[in-house]
Amino acid sequence: MIRRLSLTLLLVLAPGAVVFGGADGSWMKNVPARDHEKVSPYHNQGDAIAAGRRIFVDRCSHCHGEDAEGTKKRPPLTSDRVQHQASEGDLHWLLVNGNMRRGMPSWSRLPDQQLWQVISYLKSLRP
Amino acid sequence: MDRLNFCMKPALALSLFVAIVVGAAWAQERPYFVTYSHEMEEPGNLEIEVFNAVGKPPAGNRFLGSNIEFEYGATAWWTSEFYLDGQITQHDSTIFTGYRWENRFRPLLREYWINPVIYVEFENTSADKALREVVGHDGRDDFLESNAAARLEKERELELKLILGSNYHGWNISENIIAEKNLASEPWEFGYAVGASRPLKLAASAHSCTFCGQKFQGGVEMYGGLGDRHSFGTRLTSHYLGPLINWAAPNGMTLSFSPQFGLNDYSLPRLYRFGVSYEIDQLFSRFHRGAQ
Repeated sequence: MIRRLSLTLLLVLAPGAVVFGGADGSWMKNVPARDHEKVSPYHNQGDAIAAGRRIFVDRCSHCHGEDAEGTKKRPPLTSDRVQHQASEGDLHWLLVNGNMRRGMPSWSRLPDQQLWQVISYLKSLRP
Repeated sequence: MDRLNFCMKPALALSLFVAIVVGAAWAQERPYFVTYSHEMEEPGNLEIEVFNAVGKPPAGNRFLGSNIEFEYGATAWWTSEFYLDGQITQHDSTIFTGYRWENRFRPLLREYWINPVIYVEFENTSADKALREVVGHDGRDDFLESNAAARLEKERELELKLILGSNYHGWNISENIIAEKNLASEPWEFGYAVGASRPLKLAASAHSCTFCGQKFQGGVEMYGGLGDRHSFGTRLTSHYLGPLINWAAPNGMTLSFSPQFGLNDYSLPRLYRFGVSYEIDQLFSRFHRGAQ
């Protein structure tokens, strides 16, 4: 009886664990070292930050808030994880691959240049 | 005509209402008319698209085939789309030709060199002239029948596609392999579509602009039939090739155009395709916020 109950609990909880397992930024563990070390070609460039802000407002703000402060269901991008723990390369990897189980789509449709511009903008939000 | 009024006009009115009441997202789509890319609709977004094809078979009447499509991003890996189809044939009539419901699933949840998407569609159409795919032995003779005669043949079909897509250095390259089965015990029919496109400019401008290169995408697509289970091949069917262009207008609309050319005697000599799409971001969240 206990065995059956345990099995039922496991079956009920396992999908939840898969879905919510990425909420703590565990996606970062999946980033290959080569991608982690990538650096934005637009690092700290004012024009790229301005262009990135435009792309962000058009594409990302619906979920992450006008100033990346997050919304009810989607995380803020001003967090310590995004601003300090994640490298530019990590963010680029996340934008290309998405985190589809958690609702983050792949943005591979945008050219690399625009992805790096968005990352320049996000990193400029560092307090 | 009455059926068109009954079905298409409410759909158009609903689209306009939704578009006016809620805001739009800037979303430049790939410029393809027939080819599907592996890119899914963003979760929670609704895209309303109207696609049209104008053509004239030799010794036949000019026609305009139209779809209105409602494409919803159910999740990041599942997109669902509902179509209403209609057509107008010169010196004949204007009719509602049916509906389609399709679902696209992305089995691999990361980006690879080649990304597969599984497409499943049920369609219930008759006398359709929108040419959203070419399969089997589809050809220009299909366009010579009167609407009254063509409507007698109901096509309840299951359509499967394997969509393969790659994004590389700003280019998108997409290939579709199509298998379609009329559920009225007809053989499986096959077709293909391939396309390549890229934005005219890869980096975004720091300044607001309407006609800058990043707002335009250009490309080319080719599609055609591959016969059926009993006579597979590229012969005795139609094939088309054409350049594509689209423009992301400032108010959230994307406008697309493509002149397409028949590549053999089975094809219509020319087709002119044009489309308008409008994306509404986070549809249900907006209604929810509005209710607060």
